[in-house]
Amino acid sequence: MMLHSVLFYVFALFMLGAAVGVVFSRNPVHSVMFLVLTFFQSALLWLLAEAEFLAIVLVLVYVGAVMVLFLFVVMMLDVNIEAAKRSIARYAWVGISIALLMAIELIQLIWLRNQGVASTGGFAPTPEGYSNTKALGAVLYTEHVYAFEIAAVILLLAIIAAITLTMRKRPGLKVQDIAAQVAVRAKDRVRVVKMAAEKKQ
Amino acid sequence: MIGLEHYLTLAAMLFVLSIAGIIVNRRNLILILMCIELMLLAVNFNFIAFSRYLGDETGQIFVFFILTVAAAEAAIGLAILVVLFRNKRSIAVQELNSLKG
Amino acid sequence: MYNYYLTIVLAPLAAAIIAGLAGKKIGRAGAHWVTIVGVGTACLLSMLVLKNLFWGGAEAENISVYTWAVTDGLRMEVGFLVDRLTALMMCVVTFVSLMVHIYTIGYMREDPGYQRFFSYISLFTFAMLMLVMSNNFLQLFFGWEAVGLVSYLLIGFWFKKETAIFANLKAFLVNRVGDFGFLLGIAGVVMFTGSLDYATVFGQAESIAGQNIEVLQGTPWNAMTVICILLFIGAMGKSAQAPLHVWLPDSMEGPTPISALIHAATMVTAGIFMVARMSPLFELSTTALGFVIVIGSITAFFMGLLGIIQNDIKRVVAYSTLSQLGYMTVALGASAYSAAIFHLMTHAFFKALLFLAAGSVIIAMHHEQDIRKMGGIKKYMPITYWTSLVGSLALIGFPGSSGFFSKDLLIEAVRDSHWQGQGAVYWIAYLSVLLGVFITALYTFRMFFLVFHGEERMDAKTKSHLHEPSAVVTVPLILLAIPSAIIGWFTVGPVLFGDYFGDAIFVSESKDIIGHMAHAWHGSLALLTHSVRTPVFWLATCGVIAAWFLYLKRPDIPEMIKTRLSGIYNVLDRKYYFDDLWIKGFAGGGRAIGQFLWKKGDQMIIDDILVNGTARTVVRLAGFVRQIQTGYLYTYAFAMIIGLTALLGWLIWLR
Repeated sequence: MMLHSVLFYVFALFMLGAAVGVVFSRNPVHSVMFLVLTFFQSALLWLLAEAEFLAIVLVLVYVGAVMVLFLFVVMMLDVNIEAAKRSIARYAWVGISIALLMAIELIQLIWLRNQGVASTGGFAPTPEGYSNTKALGAVLYTEHVYAFEIAAVILLLAIIAAITLTMRKRPGLKVQDIAAQVAVRAKDRVRVVKMAAEKKQ
Repeated sequence: MIGLEHYLTLAAMLFVLSIAGIIVNRRNLILILMCIELMLLAVNFNFIAFSRYLGDETGQIFVFFILTVAAAEAAIGLAILVVLFRNKRSIAVQELNSLKG
Repeated sequence: MYNYYLTIVLAPLAAAIIAGLAGKKIGRAGAHWVTIVGVGTACLLSMLVLKNLFWGGAEAENISVYTWAVTDGLRMEVGFLVDRLTALMMCVVTFVSLMVHIYTIGYMREDPGYQRFFSYISLFTFAMLMLVMSNNFLQLFFGWEAVGLVSYLLIGFWFKKETAIFANLKAFLVNRVGDFGFLLGIAGVVMFTGSLDYATVFGQAESIAGQNIEVLQGTPWNAMTVICILLFIGAMGKSAQAPLHVWLPDSMEGPTPISALIHAATMVTAGIFMVARMSPLFELSTTALGFVIVIGSITAFFMGLLGIIQNDIKRVVAYSTLSQLGYMTVALGASAYSAAIFHLMTHAFFKALLFLAAGSVIIAMHHEQDIRKMGGIKKYMPITYWTSLVGSLALIGFPGSSGFFSKDLLIEAVRDSHWQGQGAVYWIAYLSVLLGVFITALYTFRMFFLVFHGEERMDAKTKSHLHEPSAVVTVPLILLAIPSAIIGWFTVGPVLFGDYFGDAIFVSESKDIIGHMAHAWHGSLALLTHSVRTPVFWLATCGVIAAWFLYLKRPDIPEMIKTRLSGIYNVLDRKYYFDDLWIKGFAGGGRAIGQFLWKKGDQMIIDDILVNGTARTVVRLAGFVRQIQTGYLYTYAFAMIIGLTALLGWLIWLR
C-alpha cells in the first residue's frame, strides 16, 4: 500500500509538472511533447485506479492518434513563436489569480465540505477475478449500445468534416474525368467530312 | 491511503492549470486547443475516480464517450485551424475578430 | 297627441338647424321668422296640450318613441311623459322663449351674430323641451347636458370678450361638478332598479329606500338618501344653489335675452323641475329633504344679501334669481313641490320680464349697465317703467301680483312644515325665507329707484338719445307683464290646492303640507285680505320703504354704512369669497396639480426618465456591451471562465 501511495504521488507530480510545461513552454512543439507526457502520466494514474481499459485507450487513441495530429499541425503551420508568446508575462497574473481563486473553491469543495462523509478511506478493493475490460464491455454493448452507435456516427462525421474542410481544389490541376471517358461516343471523337476530291495542283 | 479526494484534488489542480493556460496563452489557438484537452482530461479523472468509488462502470463508459468526442473535436478543430491558416496565413487570435458585429 | 308632442319638440330643432346652417341664405329676417314660427308652433301646441289635460280631461301619457339601445336588459329610449307637470313646464318654456325670440329682434338688431343667436335660442328651446318631456333618466340627462351646452354657447356668445369667455368656461366647469353628482345619482338608480324609465324606477322606490349602500367601507348609508343627494347635487349645479352658484352671476356676460330665458326663467329651474319630478324618490328620504332645505335656505338668504351691493343692473337681477331659486329649493325641501313649481312658473314670468326690462334700459343707455350712472329714466321710457314696476312688485310679493300668491304660500308652507321637527333645520329655513322677503324688497327697489327715479346721473350724450325702444322690445314686456300681474289670481287655487298635479307629484301622507293648508283655503280674495296680517307683507313693505329712504331720500347713508362696516361690505363685495374658493382653491389647485403632473410627472418621469431614459439607457448599455463584444475568441473564453468561477463561488459560499 505504501508503494501504491508513493507511486501515486510520483506520477501526480510528473503529470502536474508536464501540465505546467504545456502551459508555459515557449515552443508549441515542446507544449505538445509535454502534453504527451501528461497523458502518459495520467494513464499510469488511471492504472493505479484500476481503470486499465481506459488507460490503454488513452495511450492508444490520444497519444497515438490525437497527439500525433497536434504535432503534425503544429509543425505544418508556420507559427511565429515569439509574437505569440510575447504577452504571456503581461497576462500571467490575471490567469494565475483566477486559477488560484478557482483552486481555492475546488479544494474547499473537496476537502472542507464533506467533513462528515467517510474520507480518505481509499477505494474499496475490487472483487476476486474482476476484469475491467470485460465489465466495461458487458455494459457498453448492452446498456449503452445506442450511445455507442452514436459515437461511431460522430467519429464518421468527424472524418468527413475534417476531409471536406481541408480538401482544396487547385486550379490548373490535370486529372482524368473517368465518367466522361467511359461515356464518350465515336461520333464525338471522329468527324467524318465529305468533300469533293481536289485536284492536285 | 490514496482515495477519492486525492484523485479529485489532482483533477482540480489539472483543471485550474488548464484555465490558467487558456488565459495565459490567449494568443495561440493551438495551445488553447491543447488546454481544452487538458481540461477534458481533468474531467475524465473525476469520472474515473467516482466510478471507482461507487463501484459503477457507467462513469468509465462516460469517459469512453468523452474520449471519442474529444478525438472528433480535436480532428475537426485542427482541420478548421488548417483552413484558417490557409486563408489568413496566421493563427494569431488577435486577428480573428470577425465575430464582432 | 303623439304627433303634437313630436311637433312641439322638433319644430324648434328644425328652426334651429335652418337658422344655424342656412343662416346666410335666409338672411336676418328669415332667421328670426323661421325660429319664431318654430317656437310659436311649439307654444301653441303646448297650450293645446295643457288645455286637453286640464279642461279636456285627457289622461297623462307615457309614450316610448324610439329605442336607442338595449344593453344587458337596460333599455335606453327616447320617450315622452306628458302629464300636467310637464304641460305646465312646456307652456312656461315655450311662452317665455317666444317672448324672448320676439324681443331679440330688437335687442340684437345690430349684432353680426344675429342668425347664430336665433339658432342657439331655438336649440335651447328644443333641449329644454326634451328635458321636461322626458320619460326616462337618459333623456333627462341628454336635455340636461344640452341646455348646459347651449348655455355655454350663449354666455360666450360675444366670444371676443375676455370676460365672456371666462364666464362661459366657469359656468361649464361648475356645472360639470353638479353633473358629476347627477350622473352618479342616475348610476345609483340604475344600480338598484336596473332601469332608466321613470315609471319603473318610481314603482321600485320603496325597495330602494329599504336598502343600504356602502360608499365608504363599513358605513352603510340609506340607498335612497345617497341617490337623492347625488341627484340634488346635479340640481345644485344647474339651479345655481350655494356653493355651486358662482357661475350664474358671471353668466350675465351673455346677451340679455338669454339671461332672461336661460339664466332666469327656464334652464336654471331645471333642477327644481327635476326634484319635483323625482318627488316619489325624495319623499322617501327625510335626510335628503333636510339637505335640500338647508342648501335652499342658505342660497335664498345669502344670495339676496349680495344683491344689495351690486351695481350692475343685470347682476342685481341675477342675484335675485339666485335668491328666488333658493326659495323654490326650500319649498322642495319642505315637500311642498307644487308650491315650488308654482313659484317657478310665476318667477319665470316676472323674472323674464325684469330681465327684458333691464335689457330695454341697457339698449336705451347704449349698453351701459351700471345703475350708478342711471336715474330718472321714468319719464323717457314709460312702458319699460311700468312693466318693470309690475315685475318688481311681483318679485317682492306685493299683494295681488303673481309673486304674492306663490311666495306667500311658499313661506306659509315652510312655516307649517313641522315634520322636520322644530329643530335647527326648521328655523334656518323659516327665518331665511322670512328675512329674505325684506332683503328682496330692499334690493329690488334699490335697483328700481336708482334706475327710474332720482337725479339723472348719465352723461348728456346718452341722455339725448334716451327713448323707448321699438315695438319688438316693448310688446314682449307687455305680454310678460300681464301674466306677471294676474296669473296668480286664477291659477293658485287649482295648481296648489286643487288636484292639478294629480299623480305627477307624489307627496307622502305625513308630509303633505299643501294638502293640510288646503283646509284653510278660502280663495284668492280671502288670501289677499288676509295678507295684511302676515309678517311677509310688512317685511316687504319695510324693504321698499328702506330702499326709498336709503337711496332716494338720503343717498349719503349707504355710503356711510359702506365705510363704517367696510369689513362686512368687503365680504359681500367678494361674494363671501366663494369665487376665490373655487378659482384659487379648486381651479387653482387643479392647475397646480396639473402643472405638477405635467412638469414632474409627465415631462420628468414619463418623458425624461421612462421614455427618453429607456432609450438613453439602452444606448448606454449598448455602448457598454459593444465594448465587451470584441470579437476575439479569448474574450468570450475569458467571460465563460469568469462566469464559471463566479457560479462556483456562489454555490460554495453564498448558497
